[in-house]
Amino acid sequence: MSAEGPAPATMRTTYREAVRQAIREALLADERVFLMGEDIGRYGGCYAVSKGLLAEFGPERIRDTPLSEGAYVGAGIGAALGGMRPIVEVMTVNFSLLALDQIVNNAATLLHMSGGQFNVPVVIRMATGAGRQVAAQHSHSLEGWYAHIPGIKIVAPATIEDARGMLATALRDPNPVLIFEHVMLYNMEGDLAATAGAVDIEKAVIRRPGRDVSLLTYGGTLFKTLEAADALAKEGIQAEVVDLRSLRPLDEATIVGSVSRTRRAVIVDEGWKTGGLSAEIMARIMEHAFWELDAPVARVCSAEIPMPYPRHLEQAALPQPAAIVAAARGTLGR
Amino acid sequence: MPSLGADMETGTLVEWLKNPGEPVHRGDVIAVVETQKGAIEIEVFETGVLDRVLLTPGVKVPVGTPMALISTPGGPPATAAAPPPAAPAPALVQPLRPSPPVAPAPIARVGVAAGPRPHVSPAARKLAEARGVSAAALTGTGPGGAVVRADVERAAAPPPAEGPKRAGLDLGEMRKAIAAAMARSKREIPHYYLSQPVDMSATLDWLKAVNAARQPPERLLLAVVLLKAVALALEDFPEFNGFYRDDGFHPSETIHPGTAIAIRGGGLVAPAIHDADEKTLDELMAALHDLVARTRAGRLRSSELFDPTITVTSLGERGAESVLGVIYPPQVAIVGFGAPALRPWVAGGRIEARPLMTVTLAGDHRVSDGHRGALFLLEIERRLQHPEDL
Repeated sequence: MSAEGPAPATMRTTYREAVRQAIREALLADERVFLMGEDIGRYGGCYAVSKGLLAEFGPERIRDTPLSEGAYVGAGIGAALGGMRPIVEVMTVNFSLLALDQIVNNAATLLHMSGGQFNVPVVIRMATGAGRQVAAQHSHSLEGWYAHIPGIKIVAPATIEDARGMLATALRDPNPVLIFEHVMLYNMEGDLAATAGAVDIEKAVIRRPGRDVSLLTYGGTLFKTLEAADALAKEGIQAEVVDLRSLRPLDEATIVGSVSRTRRAVIVDEGWKTGGLSAEIMARIMEHAFWELDAPVARVCSAEIPMPYPRHLEQAALPQPAAIVAAARGTLGR
Repeated sequence: MPSLGADMETGTLVEWLKNPGEPVHRGDVIAVVETQKGAIEIEVFETGVLDRVLLTPGVKVPVGTPMALISTPGGPPATAAAPPPAAPAPALVQPLRPSPPVAPAPIARVGVAAGPRPHVSPAARKLAEARGVSAAALTGTGPGGAVVRADVERAAAPPPAEGPKRAGLDLGEMRKAIAAAMARSKREIPHYYLSQPVDMSATLDWLKAVNAARQPPERLLLAVVLLKAVALALEDFPEFNGFYRDDGFHPSETIHPGTAIAIRGGGLVAPAIHDADEKTLDELMAALHDLVARTRAGRLRSSELFDPTITVTSLGERGAESVLGVIYPPQVAIVGFGAPALRPWVAGGRIEARPLMTVTLAGDHRVSDGHRGALFLLEIERRLQHPEDL
């Protein structure tokens, strides 16, 4: 915060390690917190996020579950109703569809249906996105579907700071929070302040300011979008990059504020266009910033196909910096 | 040359404020014309491009003489309606009625045959409207050649520096104009007169309370409260709001009361405050300030002179007790407010000192009768008992 004094100590770390440290800290801070999911204990998690936690905290708090998303997500919701603070890990968003009934019909509704008597303070973490060649049943970005549902919060940490800080805030929330971690971010390295801790889970953040076009994105496409902004800067186009961070609720003020300054917007979303989160963001811009626009709002999204397995086809189906640059240029008539 | 009042027969072009080839937008001031009421800014009713001017400054022409050709997007080419280019501006010919250019082309008018509509971004449209620029006439630099905000910013150049001193008021000429209009009114209009004393306690108390919380520049004058009361009352009495022409009475759908403004050194003009019934008191106050300043500077706009649908005259605190007005043709009524003064008044069976104001109506008997006129005055009185609703 302050410009005075020595720079705070930082450490080199990874997104995966930041998530692990966030879980460790939560387990140490509150004995009601426990982690459960498939292969999270002995195996250490399919993305190795929970490696070592079983040895440190024991099987009571690091619980391997049967291969039934409906059962263990439901158990997590029940534990939350019973006063615990469960962190439920689902291997990928594709598998979470087996637990949709628990998430959409129970977690999201009980506060409302009990007339405010029952909170469900559960946190559900899951991996999302493509890029690891695990094909169409493990690679989709369905967080936009969840963002449709009132009663749950949806967040997407894209940076190491957010990976480290969003979990604590989500656990403090009295209502269900779903955290979407993009699979291509786990290996990302970066510096993290030794003092890094809880961060808000409501605000979008401008990761790069610019005056000519707003690039609105989140999660796994943030760094591709920043790369595109670098390329645009070489052409004299100053792109503003907005990291949405929270997908439900959307930070309308930041989105509308940015677009009202730049008068142009490109939405970058690894989900599909049709009925997707990008469509919702466009609608909000139409509702609140129509008169500020100088060009139709553009989108760079995944091809409308099940995610291909071959690497070249997978990469072709995903949003890439070159396509973002082209879309941004298009809004400027170049 | 537009008619800026029933009494105007000719006008002298003082200067053009737009050059041929420049885009013009509905409401833009494009020329200044010297009349008996001073220099009037002429507004344009078409959006398009000023194709050619037909008059040179200094020429005096009758009302109805074409002054310039404006080509509208989708309209017929302006040249189709042009007289031979060599024809000099008619020095003094028979007054013409302004008429639509030659063969009316209804298809072109609705724009169907007009070719592709130029793309103008929402942000550009908004700015163009605020700056009075015709965005459709600009060359766009946005996607697909669309006009974007930056294009409008470039086009909306800063207002030109003050040009040569413009013609101002000629009080002698104005006196002649008033003489002509008032003589015609008394010759042609069968006036009837009504008057009604109104207890102004409610209005004056309310005004005092409102103004107590305001800085002097933001305070409301009684005149705007009266204006609003008349405008709202007119909604139920259309026979006092409009114009009497050769073929009878034409009620006006909009309410644009002309406000009599006295000019220092003598003279009088009653320019319109547009849509007074829809304006808040603060908006009316701002409009009145603006109008008074421009009236005294001799810079009124053409629409303000030919738009008034009724006249309201308010004598103010130093005026006489009542005013029996003379209708300004082709209007059909004038409402007058005398000076408020403390007078004995019977309220609840007791005699009390109350601020009274005499409200009068001069009506055109060709259009309305005294019975309706009385109801109209009572409606104004009723409105003034509930100033907070104005």
